[in-house]
Amino acid sequence: MDELSVGSKRILEREDFPRLLAALTAAGYRVVGPTVRDGAIVYGDIRTEEDLPIGWTDRQEAGTYRLERRNDTALFGFNVGPHSWKKYLFPPRERLWTATRVGSSFDVAVEEDTGPPMAFLGLRACELAGLDVTDRVFDGRVRDPGYHARRARTLLIAVQCGQAGGTCFCVSMGTGPGVTRGYDLALTEIVGPPHHYFLVGVGSPTGASVLRGVPLSPATERETGAAETLLAKTAASMGRSLNTEGIHDLLLTNMEHPRWEIVARRCLSCTNCTMVCPTCFCHTTEEVPELSGDRVERWRRWDSCFNLEFTQLHTSNVRKSPLSRYRQWLTHKLASWYDQFDTSGCIGCGRCITWCPVGIDLTEEVAAIRSTVAASPAVGGHR
Amino acid sequence: MPRKGRPRLAVWKFASCDGCQLTLLDCEDDLLPVAAAIEIANFREASRAVVEGPYDLSLVEGSITTAEDARRIREVRAQSRTLVTIGACATAGGIQALRNFQDVEEFRRVVYARPEYIATLATSTAIRDHVPVDFELRGCPISKHQLLEVITAFLDERVPEVSTESVCIECKRRGNVCVLVAHGTPCLGPVTQAGCGAICPAFHRGCYGCFGPMDTPNATSLIPRLEELGMDRGGVERVFRTFNAAAPAFRAASDSVKEKPVAP
Repeated sequence: MDELSVGSKRILEREDFPRLLAALTAAGYRVVGPTVRDGAIVYGDIRTEEDLPIGWTDRQEAGTYRLERRNDTALFGFNVGPHSWKKYLFPPRERLWTATRVGSSFDVAVEEDTGPPMAFLGLRACELAGLDVTDRVFDGRVRDPGYHARRARTLLIAVQCGQAGGTCFCVSMGTGPGVTRGYDLALTEIVGPPHHYFLVGVGSPTGASVLRGVPLSPATERETGAAETLLAKTAASMGRSLNTEGIHDLLLTNMEHPRWEIVARRCLSCTNCTMVCPTCFCHTTEEVPELSGDRVERWRRWDSCFNLEFTQLHTSNVRKSPLSRYRQWLTHKLASWYDQFDTSGCIGCGRCITWCPVGIDLTEEVAAIRSTVAASPAVGGHR
Repeated sequence: MPRKGRPRLAVWKFASCDGCQLTLLDCEDDLLPVAAAIEIANFREASRAVVEGPYDLSLVEGSITTAEDARRIREVRAQSRTLVTIGACATAGGIQALRNFQDVEEFRRVVYARPEYIATLATSTAIRDHVPVDFELRGCPISKHQLLEVITAFLDERVPEVSTESVCIECKRRGNVCVLVAHGTPCLGPVTQAGCGAICPAFHRGCYGCFGPMDTPNATSLIPRLEELGMDRGGVERVFRTFNAAAPAFRAASDSVKEKPVAP
């Protein structure tokens, strides 16, 4: 067998999966990945393979998520849940600095990130694309020190989806289901029977190095073929689709479309879609002073464009109506995000559809607007 | 700038259960710093020693349910530089505002052996319906963290950082799994103001709306969803008629199901 290098493909037997976890732990990684909690598959610490959702799957529709048993023992036989990896890189609440009064002045102590490096186990193709989006937000022209520090030390172990969820549309967004780049390791789980194994693709030298000591065998053509067949089946069974042709101009030239009124009547402005979205990055900062007035902490927390207070200026709010807030979110996510970050803000994971308490579906909203526009603008690509 | 002086605090009680003012005593480790920064001049729940007014900051708990209280709250206002109402009773009339939907005369006749002893108003109303209020702190009971923020903000002469967003955002920041979407449990989180820390959903229960309506509640959209999840019309009416029953948005929500004709 050749030396492991970027592009290598190997077979990891199902019974040797704990050896991969052990190798990650031995290399000093805090392994985080999917785990069953409170009736859903969320992301949490993975200490042993028992922490993974073995034999579980999820059924998703607009406004509904149900955890269900599979009739096999797949480790990754489900789609994405309410959590996303952003909670690790861009935590829901984060102290940025502390200022302490010293005489007539003050000292500022900036928060340093001292946590161990993390290994994200089980990123889906759409989620890898999501990291690319948040990298442009937090680690591009503007560099967020906390995000940058955590991201730089994180190992990415992707899992290619063996099935599509009811609200998935990664094929439409060009983000999946196949993993193409940006990973350290990529796993494809073939559950069998008879043979339960993982096809392991190496995406980086770091990925290759953590595999040292993990028992692997060469991948035959039949085994890589099985992975390709599985992916093609996943791609063909997306629960949703979104026509992105000319979507930038379609939305931005229809800001007064009557559909906004219709969706605004349903929208709760509850922020759930933005909280579960892997790329929504809006936040606010808050000073938390001690009663004595001698010490103050600055905290950053997740905020949302659906909050009335989000656009509070000194006299008024910019977006008072839920209509203007929903429109801001959708047109930013699918259109003006291109102007700002040169990519769509949507990765087609479907979380905003599943976790909307009243099941608002952005693919349906865009289709409704498109259906009333005679011909989409004759421009290439998304613009 | 270091602060000057030690402002005087008074705590007042109207129709209420005392739970909100007890939150001040429940500040534990923060109670001594509070007492160091502010003079607790009139707080009968804590001490019989009362320092005469006027007061710099008055915390008012409870709703107005009698003519005597309607007079007394004006006195309180007159001797308070800043007046902050605390809790669902003071900000929305409390659970006792259920009387607003019923005939109080009938209660008086049925419940009391000597109805003539009972002097009460037909409604339970929020403090702001009687006197100007500088800030309203929601909750049944209020959150200790938010109370400390209100006191600290008062000392620093700034607006308190108390959000009017929904419970959902707190629930998601906390990493809870949505009980409505994942368990099919009816929940008022999407129309309720944050502040509690999403306690009930964290324990797999739907939100009961203790903090009252969020800033732009859309109960009209949520109600059909609650019904889909198995709440009947009476259930929807009851869930909006608890501690904040008389808050205008919740009142409109419970009235809307009441007025609907029953399907054949």
